[in-house]
Amino acid sequence: MTTLAPRRALKETAILRALRSPTGIIAGVWLIALVLMAIFAPILTSYAFDAQNLPGAYAAPSADHWLGTDEFGRDLLTRMMYGARTSLSVSAIAIGISVTAGMILGASAGYFGGRFDRAVTMVVDLTWSFPEILVALMLVAIIGPGVTGTMTAIAVAYLAQFTRLTRAQIMAIKGETYVEASRSLGASDSYIVFHHLIPNALAPVLVSAMLATGDAIILEATLGFFGLGAQPPTPSWGGMMSSGTAQLFKAPWIILFPGLAVAITVIAINLFGDALIRALDIRAKSRGT
Amino acid sequence: MLLDVKDLTVGIGIVEPLSGISFAVDRGEILGLVGESGSGKSLTALAVTGLLPLIGGRITSGSVMFDGTDLARLPETKLRPLRGRRIGFITQNPMTALDPVQRIGPQVDVVARMHLGLSAAAARAKTVDLLTQLRIPEAAVICDAYPHQLSGGMKQRIVIAMALAGDPDLIVADEPTTALDVTVQAQIIHILATLVKERGLALILITHDMGVVAQICDRVAVLYAGRLAEAREVRPLFAAPAHPYTAALIGCIPRAGIEPGALKGIPGTVPGVAQYPTGCRFHPRCPKATEICLTAIPQITPTPGGTVACHHALEVAIV
Amino acid sequence: MSDLVTLSGLSKRFVTPGGWLSKPRSMMAVRGVDLSIPKGGVVGVVGESGCGKSTLARLVLRLIDPTSGSIRFDGTELTTLGTKELRRIRRRMSMVFQDPYSSLDPRYTVSDVLTEPSAVQGAGLPEGRIGALLDQVGLSRAMAQSYPHQMSGGQRQRVGIARALAMSPDLVVLDEPTASLDVSIQAQIIALLQGLQRDLGLTYLFISHDLGLVRYFCDQIVVMYLGSVVERLPHPAAAARHPYTAALMASNFTPDPMQRRELASLTGEIPSAFALPKGCAFAARCPRADAICRAEVPELKTDSGGHAAACFHPI
Repeated sequence: MTTLAPRRALKETAILRALRSPTGIIAGVWLIALVLMAIFAPILTSYAFDAQNLPGAYAAPSADHWLGTDEFGRDLLTRMMYGARTSLSVSAIAIGISVTAGMILGASAGYFGGRFDRAVTMVVDLTWSFPEILVALMLVAIIGPGVTGTMTAIAVAYLAQFTRLTRAQIMAIKGETYVEASRSLGASDSYIVFHHLIPNALAPVLVSAMLATGDAIILEATLGFFGLGAQPPTPSWGGMMSSGTAQLFKAPWIILFPGLAVAITVIAINLFGDALIRALDIRAKSRGT
Repeated sequence: MLLDVKDLTVGIGIVEPLSGISFAVDRGEILGLVGESGSGKSLTALAVTGLLPLIGGRITSGSVMFDGTDLARLPETKLRPLRGRRIGFITQNPMTALDPVQRIGPQVDVVARMHLGLSAAAARAKTVDLLTQLRIPEAAVICDAYPHQLSGGMKQRIVIAMALAGDPDLIVADEPTTALDVTVQAQIIHILATLVKERGLALILITHDMGVVAQICDRVAVLYAGRLAEAREVRPLFAAPAHPYTAALIGCIPRAGIEPGALKGIPGTVPGVAQYPTGCRFHPRCPKATEICLTAIPQITPTPGGTVACHHALEVAIV
Repeated sequence: MSDLVTLSGLSKRFVTPGGWLSKPRSMMAVRGVDLSIPKGGVVGVVGESGCGKSTLARLVLRLIDPTSGSIRFDGTELTTLGTKELRRIRRRMSMVFQDPYSSLDPRYTVSDVLTEPSAVQGAGLPEGRIGALLDQVGLSRAMAQSYPHQMSGGQRQRVGIARALAMSPDLVVLDEPTASLDVSIQAQIIALLQGLQRDLGLTYLFISHDLGLVRYFCDQIVVMYLGSVVERLPHPAAAARHPYTAALMASNFTPDPMQRRELASLTGEIPSAFALPKGCAFAARCPRADAICRAEVPELKTDSGGHAAACFHPI
């Protein structure tokens, strides 16, 4: 009945446990490979992402160009590796900002309640009632296209989700007896927030952030497709798909491979997120066996 | 005997959470089914009402003779018409046993309409009559109320009315009062005891409260870790418990006038299905345990007013 | 014996916030309670749901602020104390909670739980203190690194008790510490609490709905009904004078089939605290109630033996 677990075991092994399920491991391998490709792109390929070679334009996949070339004769695989840098970093950083801001807002609203909570809830509900893409488009229109604009747009578009989730988590945990117990020992508000509320609210918020990163990649690609994302010559998956539409019949690989990359990555993130939820299984753990 | 359970054994997957349970109850009698959490009380109730498949379990051996029919051999299609009609069930939590979006009246009416084929008007008349018998004031008005408008004790009475609406012969009540306040608890227990005597019902009352058992039950079956410890008539059982576990359970009840420090409890906890000890399952917590208790499963043997399964039954009875 | 805690005229009003369409409603959870807890004594507060006993427990520790009245703890008035002073005095008082499941943070090991009191107080934890605490509550020292989900309800409650003892308090408020446990485990925990009280000279305020348990465990018993004290028994064997206490006693099932009683048929249920009737709150359910009971609120009158009852027609 009593298996002794080392102090940090629960947290450290959650990701490893997620990797133990078959879908988890396939998804995990893809994501790790993708990140490594993005980081080591300059080493992995001999082409430059912006090296034009007009005579070699529209080349079909071959031994020289594994995924073919685009309308300027640039190597598609190379551009996709560099595109992964843009897509992944923009999405991850944007979600990172969004989660941090959302947790601060949601935690304070949930813990202190009152007028501040009502104000936050109202603004959040307002943004929540618009589709993310609409919020993002409006923001890019204001800030202007480019990496910064895209990042800000994505961060703001998902802010409502994380604020709401954190607030709900905090409200639920706030009512737990161990919070009252801590107060009965003389704990201050900040002690309770940082030692009980946030650690217990963290896991579900992080899992939801993981899943939101998948959506953010699609959002980033969509903005890129509309020409509002990273500006040429910086490659992004959305931008590549956009330029591929013109050559849909002549060189379908230009749009196919970035599209596949987006689809597979988003599926992988979702599968990994699901595995993580199962591995964490926070609810089952907190109750008796 | 209306219900005669013999050597009931229940399997769930590869584990055997209940083994060799035997007890009986007749019309006009209350049988108390007692034990700590994890002793198998609720599982026994599910086995008797044929609801084991709900939790993925099945009766692997033994018989559940109900008025001459062995329920253990009956297919679900034959069991279903019995439940609600001849066997009523009262659940533990009245707060969740009622449909929150339906008025009280129709929820009770449906039992008599379905099982007794009464018309809507006749069923309602029966419902009002039942609620009045359960001492619910203004029963006709209550029929139009929604569950959330009623107190816990009131809701539990509605649940009891639902169990009675099919004019059953046997009622199984799984800790019907644990969620209620003490004074309300006493009312409900009193109502149940009166019903049994007035209507000649048989009642299986699952409880962990030896006080309730002593006050209203005629027979007692004490379960421990999925086995029967002792099944006897109530008076001899309380006068001289034959099983150390029964004695310990009675000794756990605080009451005025007993010596300070007399309340010791039972050391340890009920083992889970996967950790059932060898021999007598109570031996790790038993003050009387000896060598034989570790290895040999105690046989069910006769004792005044019933049966007991303990290697040291006689010594306990004398002490 | 001098008193460690003295409550006088203590009241707490809760206001449910109104929404867009509903008006705020208020209820008096605790109404003018006077109570003293002698040093080294065990005072039991007994009553059914909604009687205000848990609110009273939280008021004594000032986990919630009273609407009016005073709380004196060893000569210090708690109601006017500032945050810092209150935190300091919290070392001397602690609480054991009802639900052993939600009272421990699922992410904390036993050792984390027992370290929290000193961490919160900014005090150091003496070497070997955790082991000593585990010994005191009858848990194996090997359990220090266990998480709550690896323990049984009884073990968790022992951890809750160890946490309450961590700062060596004078007063421990026990809020139904055994209500969610099996009777066998309840008896273990009660035996443990009795031993600790004797060995450490603790003062207990014991909250319970179980009059039988309170009469076994406590030296003095206070019976509450809908926020007010209706009776104070100077010793646990004292006979009831208030009809409500009598009803509570009659609702207690004696574990002896030879002493069967006609069960007391107390009719009706506790009225809502939001809409209290005029007069005695118990009048609607009371077999002895008459016109005066429905018109006026009876005062709590103490006789020469220290036995107090708030009833126009005591037994």
